[in-house]
Amino acid sequence: MPNTQHLKDLTIQVRRDILRMVHKVNSGHPGGSLGCAEFFVTLYNKIMDRHDSFDMDGIGEDLFFLSNGHISPVYYSVLARAGYFPVEELNTFRLINSRLQGHPTTHEGLPGIRIASGSLGQGMSVAIGAAQAKKLNSDNHLIYSLHGDGELQEGQNWEAIMYASAKKVDNLISTVDLNGKQIDGATDDVLAMGDLKAKFEAFDWIVVEIKEGNDIDAILKGMAEAKSKTGQGKPVCVLLETIMGNGVDFMMHTHAWHGKAPNDEQLASALNQNPETLGDY
Amino acid sequence: MLMKTYTYTEKKDTRSGFGAGLAELGRTNPNVVALCADLVGSLKMDKFIEENPERFFQVGIAEANMMGIAAGLTIGGKIPFTGTFANFSTGRVYDQIRQSIAYSGKNVKICASHAGLTLGEDGATHQILEDIGLMKMLPGMVVINPCDYNQTKAATLAIAEHNGPVYLRFGRPSVPIFTPEDQKFEIGKAVKMTEGTDVTIVATGHLVWEALEASKALHEQGVSAEVINIHTIKPLDEEAILASIAKTGCIVTAEEHNYLGGLGESVSRVLALKHPTPQEFVATNDTFGESGTPAQLMEKYGLNSEAIVEKVKAVIARK
Repeated sequence: MPNTQHLKDLTIQVRRDILRMVHKVNSGHPGGSLGCAEFFVTLYNKIMDRHDSFDMDGIGEDLFFLSNGHISPVYYSVLARAGYFPVEELNTFRLINSRLQGHPTTHEGLPGIRIASGSLGQGMSVAIGAAQAKKLNSDNHLIYSLHGDGELQEGQNWEAIMYASAKKVDNLISTVDLNGKQIDGATDDVLAMGDLKAKFEAFDWIVVEIKEGNDIDAILKGMAEAKSKTGQGKPVCVLLETIMGNGVDFMMHTHAWHGKAPNDEQLASALNQNPETLGDY
Repeated sequence: MLMKTYTYTEKKDTRSGFGAGLAELGRTNPNVVALCADLVGSLKMDKFIEENPERFFQVGIAEANMMGIAAGLTIGGKIPFTGTFANFSTGRVYDQIRQSIAYSGKNVKICASHAGLTLGEDGATHQILEDIGLMKMLPGMVVINPCDYNQTKAATLAIAEHNGPVYLRFGRPSVPIFTPEDQKFEIGKAVKMTEGTDVTIVATGHLVWEALEASKALHEQGVSAEVINIHTIKPLDEEAILASIAKTGCIVTAEEHNYLGGLGESVSRVLALKHPTPQEFVATNDTFGESGTPAQLMEKYGLNSEAIVEKVKAVIARK
């Protein structure tokens, strides 16, 4: 199992991947990707019990579903560096004839992806279905999912949240990336969602809070706690407080980099703040 | 010339054919699971549920969630059959089907009852006449609209063997059973019901029986009609259509759907590309439905055998 230092090194490398990917095609979503880098790195390298090779049905392993598909850069980088496909392929992000589409898809057969996402609000339902398939298959592994906080404005989430507790889907850990921002500004200004912890609890979920969502030790501790609460007849929600644009000073604490790529100068500055650790693709 | 005629001894709703097929799948295919959005009785899913409670998922009145859960259940090898009305199976959840099922290539069977005008008294909010168009536009989606109880049951069994998303459309009212109980259902393969030389009538769903009734009336008037049952709208059996019009030289399409986006337009494309031929449409005329009995509605909106006879005369005049 990789130690914390390795996870930190990997996180920095993933940041570099994200920045270089979006810079090359002058499009994509760096802000949310950077904010979730520590979470993805920790999830895929320390938390999930997963196979090295990819099989769509994923029998006998933990599965992950990304609902807010626009943070594809961090997903692709972590999948490639976990060995699902060659890291060189990150070079093809958003290019014609690539398996690395703007938003993740199964359509091009990219190993590691089990559902298309991008149109928001659909991933929790899919994760629930996969969790119920695991139960039918007497497979004791877990389903993980990630959702944006702004994404919770989509009503389908609340259908899913209601269903998961009513049907005792207790092999599901759904994480909400609480960065407080969406395209048009702060979530509180766009459409305030109030107390999400109270809302999930009112829907009879177990809620685990990770206040330092960009700290690997905090993520490890919080996710271990979340895991310990599965199998108790209730779904588990992790509220992960992150900083959008984390690790690049001029991208942090603003929604400005939600869907905007850095220019040459900005890229150089961002990469300087994150010196190469495991080797660029 | 003698004409093959069809009779019936019993009427039943096509949705009961779905229910019977699903129950049989419950006994024969352990991977089949079913989901419903609070319409178990209407969809005739009771038997499957009674026999396989652990493989049934009641999602409540939440169709979007149902489509997503169905997509997720395929991951792990399940073959989900979703059940609700046609309107709530398509228009209400179009983006969920598009992204999580069609684009994701998931093996979900979207089973839709109460399609079209024959839903009757509930009126236009529930009478979807656009669903064939919505679903046939999705890449990779198979679209099937069987004609009677036996064919709906056979289609239900057949789609479980097909790997990929399917839209199976059926209806509410009791209609004649005139196809064989033991038929083998081949997706994409048209069934020639009668041989004829003057006109081809290509019909789908409830309109197949109406087309057969029309062909009897036409026979008495000296017009020989070849009736083709197109239970699969996508992929369309182009060969069967082209072979028939090579003989007859004109065609009438008949469906319980808007002429925009329906079977008729799919046939028109084939004709335009391969063999331009006069065509008339028996379909609704870009309109919503309304409350009424099924028979009243089919008459008012021009979807019964009399309407087919009229269109046949019109198309023959254009030859």
